[in-house]
Formats: sequence, structure tokens, C-alpha cells
Amino acid sequence: MILLNAPGRQTLMKILLWILTGSTIGILIFIIVFIFYHGLPQLTWTFLSANPADMGRSGGIFATIVSTLYLIIIALAFATPLGLGTAIYLTEYTHEGLMTRLIRFGTECLAGIPSIILGLFGFAIFVMAFGWGWSLLSGGLALSVMLLPTIIRTSEESILAVPQEYREVAYSLGVGKWRTITLVVLPSALPGIATGLVLSIARSIGETAVIIFTAGSSLRFPNSIFESGRTMAVHFYILAREGISMPMAYGTAAILVLLILVINMSAYLIMRRFIKKYT
Amino acid sequence: MGVFVKGFIITAWYELMDPSEVRPLLKKKTTSWGIFWFIFGLFLPGCFPQNSSQVQSLTIAGSTSVQPFAEKLAEIYMEINSNKVIINVQGGGSTAGIKACQEKAAQIGTSSRELKVDEGNLNKVIIAWDGIAIIVHPANPVRNMTSRQLRDIFSGKIANWKALGWLPKPIYFVTREEGSGTRDAFEHLVMKKIPISDEALVQDSNGSVREIIASNPQAIGYISYGVVNRQVKVVAVNSVQPNLKTIKDNTYTLTRPFLFVTLGQPALPVQKFIDFVLSKEGQGILEQEGLVGVH
Amino acid sequence: MREKIIEKILMILAFSAIGLLLLITIFIFREGLPVILKVGLSDFLFSDQWAPTNGHFGILSMIISSLAVTVMAIILGVPLSLACAITLAEFCPRRWLLILKPTIELLAGIPSVVFGFLGVILLVPLIRDYLGGPGLSLLASSIILAIMILPTITSISIDALQAVPLLYKEGALAMGATHWQAVWYVLLPAARSGVVTAIILGMARAIGETMAVIMVAGNALKIPTSLLDPVRTLTSTIALEMGYSSGDHRTALFAAGIVLFIFIMGLNILANTLMRKK
Repeated sequence: MILLNAPGRQTLMKILLWILTGSTIGILIFIIVFIFYHGLPQLTWTFLSANPADMGRSGGIFATIVSTLYLIIIALAFATPLGLGTAIYLTEYTHEGLMTRLIRFGTECLAGIPSIILGLFGFAIFVMAFGWGWSLLSGGLALSVMLLPTIIRTSEESILAVPQEYREVAYSLGVGKWRTITLVVLPSALPGIATGLVLSIARSIGETAVIIFTAGSSLRFPNSIFESGRTMAVHFYILAREGISMPMAYGTAAILVLLILVINMSAYLIMRRFIKKYT
Repeated sequence: MGVFVKGFIITAWYELMDPSEVRPLLKKKTTSWGIFWFIFGLFLPGCFPQNSSQVQSLTIAGSTSVQPFAEKLAEIYMEINSNKVIINVQGGGSTAGIKACQEKAAQIGTSSRELKVDEGNLNKVIIAWDGIAIIVHPANPVRNMTSRQLRDIFSGKIANWKALGWLPKPIYFVTREEGSGTRDAFEHLVMKKIPISDEALVQDSNGSVREIIASNPQAIGYISYGVVNRQVKVVAVNSVQPNLKTIKDNTYTLTRPFLFVTLGQPALPVQKFIDFVLSKEGQGILEQEGLVGVH
Repeated sequence: MREKIIEKILMILAFSAIGLLLLITIFIFREGLPVILKVGLSDFLFSDQWAPTNGHFGILSMIISSLAVTVMAIILGVPLSLACAITLAEFCPRRWLLILKPTIELLAGIPSVVFGFLGVILLVPLIRDYLGGPGLSLLASSIILAIMILPTITSISIDALQAVPLLYKEGALAMGATHWQAVWYVLLPAARSGVVTAIILGMARAIGETMAVIMVAGNALKIPTSLLDPVRTLTSTIALEMGYSSGDHRTALFAAGIVLFIFIMGLNILANTLMRKK
């Protein structure tokens, strides 16, 4: 008989908690297992290396892989200098004051903008106003706005984590400020910065709303960044929504989830090693 | 321009980083440089826009009903022309396509409805005729409906399948989004000024409407006849079943044209594609896919 | 000299973040304001007639739907997230925590379209067959959103719980409380601001989610009267109609975007202030 005293209640709560936790983790694991069960068998070499044909009903997803790659490269190409520069500025060149608070506020607000609004914005500015039309360039730039806050945040943290001694040693040797940053601080902060980049990549792979409105959904193999292209996530969305081909949809989903899991895991491992280095 | 940008990046990099001192500090230097140049190399072709006269680029945007057919035509056309032409087909809906054409975002806008008054200044070409099929779940025994019944269902007046002779279950009717040419044609041909109830489920493409009907026994919706497949059942309207013959001779009244819309006279490469679509070969492809040709 | 130039360049880059934010804000407001002025703010927000082709731009039903979906998602998701957070932070061997916490965070990376897809394939038929309605419903959207925000809320809550000074817990235990009592009566209240922040961030994510919701919500315009009714959120409307809208319609969509933007921005600022107050 369960006594309703304190130890009894504790056991009760513990059981309840573990049931809830178990179910939660169970749901999340189930999702992955389900996708993999239906999708991993689809990941043949043909699937990965052939272009989509017949609107995605047959063939593979190669064109989408390339589009995704281009998109990520463009997004990072813009977001990294901007983000890293901001982080360096915030940490090395200023002290806490109105300016830094303003910049941080801006960054945090930027982080909170929902993807559909960014899609709207990207559509109106890059696709229409700049005249680039639906293109990987428009998509990449819109995406870079989304990645900027993450890169700023992680870069800032990693730069701050570099011990002050490193810098002081460099200064005492007569090395200028910028050289110190590039030769000493950045290389030491590299794992943390890399984590931020890697997390951004994982996020870009799964992003859909922003991309549909800016990069379009053309199935063609993209021959230039001014062309429209369909990323894997968008391809999956269209396949699933229109019921074009279930096997293809599952396969695309599987590779999406696989890539994201692998990338996130590597980011986590990099971060662990980084923390170990400094503690 | 791409070359200058890359040159600038490289010189700036060297100026600011001074690799000779960085080299001993970064452990995996060779691999990181290797990765850098690899990505650069991948990226290289992408920076040169295809504006040269050798490869033409054509954007076709608009109706989701027309989209699969346009894609099929584009695929074959590009093969025939040994890929000297790149055709990008987008969806977005008929209204979006017409707008894209007006705003020069696309060379050809596709539409599955007639042009409106304020779109009259555009050049239009009918490339095929399509029927709007009323579809239900295969388990649904209803075989025929009158236009009036359809109208009442979609306006919410008839809300239960028992009014049509089936089980007493609520009717879930699915419509397209407001900018859809298919919806516009449906409203024009069936609803006739009576608004579609706001209880209607809304989806933004033929395929997604079909998917809902295929999985929900109590659902009913309308899609392009060319998109019908085995997963749904087509209901006769006013006792006429839609098929290539009844659409062609208009005994099946729910028919609408597929249009290619251009801003003024189309440029030569665009015109050549349109000619291909209107040719015997192009029309043959369309008829094979379930549309009715214009001849 | 070079140092000065570099500093200036970096400063410009740094202001890019806030510059972009300003750009986006100004842009969206500029695009969306005209219709609000034309139709009148109260009409825009409180009329439930959304018929853009006829000049009606009331987004009330969409605001209600968005709020309903979010609130339901919080109601469903928070108890589960908190349970996970408490279990992992307090009742779990260190080794397990090191594996489980990253696992939950990894799962935050699953794309929203995958969640939406699974919702359509697995959840919607379940709701349709066992609970009634078309399956595409408020309930389906809330459940999917709840699952999506679980990792966020759990992860931040765990951090909040772990940040509470050990003294609090030890003090409670020293006074004879059981572990559970210590957690419920001391730790949780102490971590309150962190947990609330987590919930607010979860809300912000839920209300801004587009893809998963479009797939399972049914997108009917009517104001939902039951959990099983189909709903149309602000995000779905913008996504569904953006491509083809023109003139006033497009402006109205941007205006809906403004409402969304203000709401989410408000939530984020609230969360950040709370986080700082600690």
C-alpha cells in the first residue's frame, strides 16, 4: 500500500516523472526510427547521384543535394564574415556600453524573427526589388540573415573563452592587436566558432519556409547561383504534400534527418573537446 | 565580376592574415586550405550567370495544375535541344504566374483560368483544355451529382452525406486557395457567385487536395482532371463523366483552358518553346498525360 | 594606422546585425502599414472577414487560431518538458544525463516539414478515426507543435534547474525534505524565471512555425469552435497566399506579418529581460 507520506509521494512522483520522460524521449526516438525504417532502404547510390526525373517520381535527388550545397555556401559566405566580424568587434574592441547593448539587442531580435517573415522579406527584396528572381542567391542571402545571430553568439562565446593570458603574451611580444586576434585568439577559438558554423549548416538543411519563397522550387540541376533550385527539404515538402512518390519522400526525409543528426553530433563533439581544452 | 570579387577576397585574405606566420600555428593547415579551395572550385561555375548567348534560360511560373505538364514538356524540350536551353518551372498558382509575367520575373506565366479584365494587356495562348474533376474517396458510393448539389455542398448548405444517399456522416469539402486558377474556374462554372463556405479545408495544389481526399472517406474536392489517379474516384456531374471526349466536345461542362501568358510578343527562344508545345509532338505529350489538345 | 582601419571595418560589420534588423522592420512596416491605415486598425484586428478579393481584411479568426494553437501546444508540451527537465536534472545519474540531454537537443534539429509529414501520415488519421472531425485540426497542430518545442523548453529548463545554487537544495534536504519535496518546493520556484523564459521561447517558436502547421491544420478560415475543427493560422495565411497576392491583398499579408512580428518580438524581449533579471 502506498503511503501518502513524503517518501511515498516521492516514489510516486519519481515513477510519474520517469514515465513522462520515457514517453517524451520515446516519441522523439520513434520519429527517427520511423523515418529511417522507411527511408534508409531508399538511399542507394542511384538515389543520391541521379537527377530527379518525371517531377520527382523517379530518378534521384542529386540536383537537390547540389542546390542545398550551393545555398549553404552562399549563406555562410555572407553570414560568417559579418558574424565573426561582429563578434570580434564586440569582444575585442569595445567594452560594455550603449553600443554593445544596442548591437546585442539587435542580434537577439534578429534571432527571434520567424522564418516566414524572413521569407516575405527575402521575396520582396531579393526576388522582386533586386530583380534576381527566384534564385539560389536570393535564398542564400535570406538564409544568411537567419544564421547571423547564431554565428555571432557562438563566436562571441568562444572568443571570450580564450584566456586573457594568450593575448597578453602576444602583446608583450610586440604583436599588434589585429595580428594577435588572427594569430592567437581566433585559432584558439576556432572549435567554438566551427561549432557555430556547423550548427548553422544543420539548421539550413532543414529550413523550408524561407527557401521556398526566395529560391523557388525548380527541379533543374542548378548551373549558376542565379538560377532557381530546389533544396532537399523543399523537395521533401513537395513530394510529401502532393503524394508524388512515397518512397522518394521517405528517402529524402531519411537523408535529411541523417545529415542533420550527423552534423549536430559532430558539432557537439567539437564543443566537448573545446570545453575540455579550457577547463 | 566574379573573378574580381574572388581576387579581392584572396588579396584581402593574404593582407590581413599573413599566412607565413599562421602556418605553424594551425595544425591541420593543409587540409583546411584544401577544403577552402575545394569549396571555391565548386563555387566557381556558380558565379557566372548564364547570360551568354550559348545557353538560354527560361522561367515558367504559375498554375499548379499546369506545372506538372509544363515540367514534362520542358524536360523533353531540353533533351531535344541538347540542353542548350534551361527551363525552370515554378508553381505558385495561376494568379502568381500572371503576376510574375507582368513583373518580368518569368517569361511565361501559366494559368488554368481565363484572364481577368485587368490582365487583358497580356498575350495569351491556349495550349490545352482540362477538365475539373470532382473527386471522392474510393469507398464513397456516390456516383453522380448535379451542379446544384455541388454548389450546396461547397457553400455549406448540404453538410451531411445522407442528403446524397450515403451514411449520415459530415461532409468535409476541400477547396484550393484563393489565387488558384482551378478554384477560380470552379467558382465560375459551379458556384456562380455563391461564396465557398469558410469551413472549407484549403490546400494549395492539386496534388495536396488529392492526397486529402485519398485518405479521408468523407472528403470531397475538385482537381485538374489530368491529375486524377487510382487513389481517388471521379464523380459524374449532371450525369456526364469527364473523359477526353466529353471534355473536348464540352458535354462535360467543367472545362477550362490552360494558358501560356506572355508580356507582349514573346522573344524568339520563348516563341520556339511555345511552338513546340503547340506542335503535334507537344500536344501528343499533353494528351498522353490526360489533357485535351487544342486541335 | 592599419589597426584603425580594421577597427572601423569591424565596427561597420558589427552594426550590420542591427542594421539588418532595422531594415527588415522598416521594410515590413512600410509594406504593411498602408492597408492597416486604409481599413482601420480595429477593423483589421477584430474583424473576422478575410476575403481579400472583396476588400475584406479582418484577421481576427487567424489571430485566434494562432493563439489557440500556441496555447494548446504549451498546455500539452510544458508538463512533458518540465517532467523531462526535472527528471534529467535531478533524478538521473550523471552519465545518463550526458547522453540524454544532447539527444534531446539533437532532436531539436529535425526539420519542421518532417514533423508535419509524420503528422499527416500518423496523427491526422488517428484523430479522424478515433476522435472525429476531418483529422486536420487544431488538435493535430497543437500536438505537432508541442513535440517540436519540447526540446527547446526541456533544454533551457534543465539549464535553469542546474543553475540554482546547490545551497538551496542542500538546505532543504538538511531540513528533512525528501528529494522530491526539495525539487518541488525549493528548486522549481528558484528556477522559475529560467523556466518561464523557456516557455516563452517555446511559445515564440510555436507561433512562428509555418510548414508543419500548413500540413496538418486544414487551413479553414472559420474561427475554430472545437479542438477538432480545422484552423488557419497567421503563418499559414501568409504562406498560402503570398505567391499570388497583389496590391491591397499583398499589403494585407505584410500587415498580418507585422502583427506576427510584433507578437514574437514582444515574447522574445520578454524572455530576454527575464533571463537577464536573474
